[in-house]
Amino acid sequence: MTAVVDAPPCSLTVNGLRIETIVLGDGRPILFLHPGIGIEPEAPVLERLARGGRVIAPSHPGFGRSELAASMTAIDDLAYFYLDLVEALDLSDVVLVGVSLGGWIAASIAVKSTERLSRLVLANPVGIKVGDRETRDIVDIWSITDTEFATLAYCEPRSGERDYQAMPDADVLAAARNREATARFAWSPYMHDPKLKGRLHRIRIPTLLLWGAHDRILSEPYGRAYCAAIPGARFELIARAGHFPHVEQPDEFARRVLAFAGDASRT
Amino acid sequence: MRIYQFTEQPYPDAWNDHEGSLRVNLPNRKLDPKIAADLYHRYYDEWLLADELGLDIMLNEHHQTATCMSSTVIVGLSVLARQTKRARLLVLGYPIGHRPDPLRVAEELSTIDVISRGRLDMGFIKGVPYEFPASNQNPVGVMDRFWEAHDFILKAMTSHDAPFNWEGEFFHYRHVNIWPRPYQQPHPPIWTTTGNRANARVLGERGYVMATLGSGYNTRPLYDAYREGYMAHGRPAPGPDRFAYLGLVAVAHNEDEARRRGELVAGYLRSGSIVHLPFRNPPGFLSVEDHARMLKGQTPPRTLTRDGRVVDMRSGSVQDLIDAGILFCGTPDQVYKQLVEFCVYCGGMGNLLMMGHAGFMSHADTIDNLNLVAGEVMPRLKDWKQPVAQTAAA
Repeated sequence: MTAVVDAPPCSLTVNGLRIETIVLGDGRPILFLHPGIGIEPEAPVLERLARGGRVIAPSHPGFGRSELAASMTAIDDLAYFYLDLVEALDLSDVVLVGVSLGGWIAASIAVKSTERLSRLVLANPVGIKVGDRETRDIVDIWSITDTEFATLAYCEPRSGERDYQAMPDADVLAAARNREATARFAWSPYMHDPKLKGRLHRIRIPTLLLWGAHDRILSEPYGRAYCAAIPGARFELIARAGHFPHVEQPDEFARRVLAFAGDASRT
Repeated sequence: MRIYQFTEQPYPDAWNDHEGSLRVNLPNRKLDPKIAADLYHRYYDEWLLADELGLDIMLNEHHQTATCMSSTVIVGLSVLARQTKRARLLVLGYPIGHRPDPLRVAEELSTIDVISRGRLDMGFIKGVPYEFPASNQNPVGVMDRFWEAHDFILKAMTSHDAPFNWEGEFFHYRHVNIWPRPYQQPHPPIWTTTGNRANARVLGERGYVMATLGSGYNTRPLYDAYREGYMAHGRPAPGPDRFAYLGLVAVAHNEDEARRRGELVAGYLRSGSIVHLPFRNPPGFLSVEDHARMLKGQTPPRTLTRDGRVVDMRSGSVQDLIDAGILFCGTPDQVYKQLVEFCVYCGGMGNLLMMGHAGFMSHADTIDNLNLVAGEVMPRLKDWKQPVAQTAAA
């Protein structure tokens, strides 16, 4: 397994697939997996996290400006891709952080192998089924308007506003790719893998469930059920944040992640 | 020229009480099954009349919508395969990318073809955006699924000597051997629809009948792309029978009456936007490039008049719709001339998919419309010689 790393703005080539990647800081690797809305280089949370290690924040295959392999149709494909990426970069002692869809990928990685991981942080993750077959655990984001989405996903809905008219064309195209790629991986079964919950017991590294307290895409009981399925996992709320706590409370988000990563008593 | 009578089999009472969405999420308690029964029988009666009058028949399907009570086209085809005597039975279309089981599709369509003694025209389509929330089929990659279903159905219809194996990306079977096999050999004619040039060219290469809807005086570039694809393999220019156009038709003995009917048929277009907003553009339905343009507010107009004026199909007046080649409306003589002008513009168009009923149009209006089309418009069109365009329009 090899990886080719270009100069900034970085791209990585793994398994012949070229993906855009933001790399910031030095030290212990912090692999940050973005939610369906993508990640921008100037996202404040990345700079904050980089104070405690070397942040590696790729755009998932098919998202942002990253290439997609036609064979990739499930979150499992992304999980295996990132296991290859971690090997290709020869990373170890990795702090793996995922938000929402990125949390689903992170959990899906950790049930397969934690060999090169030392901490797992899942922030408002989707990916499991909790309720009965007639209860939708996760709001159907494709049956609501953008305004409704912003209201449900953010503590302060203005945090979710996007002015596409003012955006460079390349960024609008990236946003369109994010939307399509999310559906590619999460349309049905909707935002979850029916097998994942039963495999979470395999995660044997210290795990933190971070929860934006005002999330109305997911409920807090959903997050607590996720936490309960992972042996020894800790649950922490972040105030004044919704489904994307890394966007609304980047300082607090990074502080919690780095505190958890440095907490030697948990190893 | 063949003329196919088409209605979406609507439930018009729903227009009076829909709370902003006729599709997907309109509660079905708003449908009275007794009224629905009367409507189905009426629509089938009108198709039986079309059969007697020498017209052909087109059916479609949509799901969870008051605009179209045909939720599986196989039911309508089953009724009409037995009850009609001579009409071609066109399904346009069958959303094969949504179907969980293309083996079932091949079996159903072959059976219809046999019962009708070879009168089936087999239109396969992607489906409109609102179908995806209903079927829960992933709109991302639906055309890959569509083409695998297409390949499978054709192989099932044309394999006669032993069961075959299929282990594809989407579908898996080990012993495929359909009974009955189709009546028409090697299989019923294939039709499909498109709205873009790249796809039109592919359809031309395959030689399938290509239908467009709502393209009006913006149709020619699509037909020319088809012609390029068709002729790329050294074939002569495709004849008019390779092209189909869905037009609204309202004919009456005098112009005032025709325009009244035109307004009723146009109700179909006016209902197009009555659907809960997020269901209009599911992720992956448009290409990312087209979706990005939409986010930027750049949506190119689809419908133009002969002289290049942009018409909004959903709000245009009857005159706008006539000018745009969306609606053919007037006395038999006027409608004949409108159709000839349109076919000349197209460089030949041999299949008019006639929406001869829509919305609130009454049975009496529909019967009169069909009689006038069949009695006074179609004979003149049959005598008229279609052009066969050799190249792109100047």
